[in-house]
Amino acid sequence: MLPIREGFIVAGILFTLGVVGVLVRRNLLFVLMSIEIMLNAAGLAFVIAGTRWGQPDGQVMFLFILAMAAAEVSVGLGLVLELYHQFKTLDTDAISRMKG
Amino acid sequence: MRARPWMFTDFCREGKMIAAFYTASAVAIIATILMLTRVNAVHALLHLIVSLLAVAVILFDFGAPFAAALEVIIYAGAIMVLFVFVVMLLNLGEAAARAERALLKPSAWIGPSILTLILLAEFLWLLGHGVAPAVQVVSQGPVEVGMALFGPYMLGVELASMLLLAGLVAAYHLGTAKSPRSEATHASHS
Repeated sequence: MLPIREGFIVAGILFTLGVVGVLVRRNLLFVLMSIEIMLNAAGLAFVIAGTRWGQPDGQVMFLFILAMAAAEVSVGLGLVLELYHQFKTLDTDAISRMKG
Repeated sequence: MRARPWMFTDFCREGKMIAAFYTASAVAIIATILMLTRVNAVHALLHLIVSLLAVAVILFDFGAPFAAALEVIIYAGAIMVLFVFVVMLLNLGEAAARAERALLKPSAWIGPSILTLILLAEFLWLLGHGVAPAVQVVSQGPVEVGMALFGPYMLGVELASMLLLAGLVAAYHLGTAKSPRSEATHASHS
């Protein structure tokens, strides 16, 4: 008899930590890592909800989130490398002035 | 044909599962907080890997062994390897850590933390309402997940494959040698 509510609370705390990371950190790498944490927390909530109803659909959604996270990270890290070559920094403030 | 679900009816085993859930939750939250407060990207990555492994334990506890295995293999394995690779390519030294430390003043944390704590409090308040029973965990193994994935969710699988293809093309485009135009702009910058 696992506690469903506590599982959701853990997912909520992890998601909140991810939001704080995106808001506070200026380093692009840390922003990407925080986004990973948020996606992970959302997937955790999906799996817990699937367990609540005894269905595999939560895990299916987790798989979709996983595929999305993999695509997002590959494109995001490619952009990080490109921006570092252009600006020699990962500070999001320095990159906010880019044009077309 | 659906495989026979594996019921966790043994009470002794159940107590251990609950203990594992709380321990893994604490590890996940603490490791995530440590990751957010590091200045060195490699240290943060190691904490993030610990956090992901702890979440994998939680997934396993909630009867999702397939999702737990994929969490370890893809999140803690493949995606984190990408991060480590990029950190090594960028070779951020002590100067970057010093710049990060200068940015990580307590005043930078207070505002966003209070705002998100309000949102978290609302979330917890909403969870406090209604009935959320502790349920008997029925493990949904790879067989059930595969049957659902290639049954009703076939369209989603196709869309995910197209998304991955788009990601592949975009990563190739970003990582390939510079086109003459971007070389020219780069030269004019320096």
